[in-house]
Amino acid sequence: MPVLASFVCGLIFGAGLLISGMTDPQKVLGFLDLFGAWDATLAFVMAGAVAVAATGFAIARRRTAPAFSAHFLWPDRNDIDAPLVGGAVLFGIGWGLAGICPGPALVNLAGLSLPIVVFVVAMLAGMIGQNLFGKNLWRRRTPAPRTEDHPLPSRADG
Amino acid sequence: MHDFTPLSGLLGGALIGLAAAVLMLLTGRIAGVTGIVGGLLQPDTADRLWRIAFIAGLIAAPLIAALFGAPLPRPAMNASLVVVAIAGLLVGFGTRMGNGCTSGHGVCGFARLSGRSIAATFIFMAAAIATVAIVRHGIGG
Repeated sequence: MPVLASFVCGLIFGAGLLISGMTDPQKVLGFLDLFGAWDATLAFVMAGAVAVAATGFAIARRRTAPAFSAHFLWPDRNDIDAPLVGGAVLFGIGWGLAGICPGPALVNLAGLSLPIVVFVVAMLAGMIGQNLFGKNLWRRRTPAPRTEDHPLPSRADG
Repeated sequence: MHDFTPLSGLLGGALIGLAAAVLMLLTGRIAGVTGIVGGLLQPDTADRLWRIAFIAGLIAAPLIAALFGAPLPRPAMNASLVVVAIAGLLVGFGTRMGNGCTSGHGVCGFARLSGRSIAATFIFMAAAIATVAIVRHGIGG
């Protein structure tokens, strides 16, 4: 059941990206281009998404456990550290260059156009590179790593 | 060339938020694409199936829409393939380093009122706006 639920959620998420126009990099770049013909659509997509997600999360907070799993895996960090800032800057530069972020990249993969395939392969390589090399880089600079009271998923914010 | 489409934006956005809400209520997970994909790429991840299922759902959405006559998404990109590859590397590395992207930090983080995610979202938005300003208008370049 959790696997089927995840598939359906991926499907709804993908449909939302398609309907909102956010799979079109030109539309995303139109939002990011404050000094050109600005297209505010992305702000409406964010507003709609945050409003509905916040409502759902508020319901979840009042429950003891999710329907198909033992625990809610809420992210437990609230510190603003150097990897968060540095990672966001690098991501923002890449997003501004291509107009694509990870969700739309995967939805667009269905069309198998060459630029999208190149983008996704590079994105996966970047993620693997960070998994292998980036974590060690930061671990060396952090003398006392955080204790892991949960397995992987709650360590990530998203 | 591209029109402002607030209604389809709100509707599509609401569906994205619905997916994030339902994933949390049913499986207890945050719908962050970076975390879902990145976790799959780590050798020590035990819970792979739900991640594969979510990604399959994302890719299946346009395929199912195509059954009803919608064209498959083959978006036009102005950037050269080299720039697209560099952008992909930066997006992959940066989202993993910063622990999230537009979905995990942007949508779910704002919905949780997480200061960490809200900070990350403003930073990557600012970096992206600055990048577009330099690429398109040569501001500061």
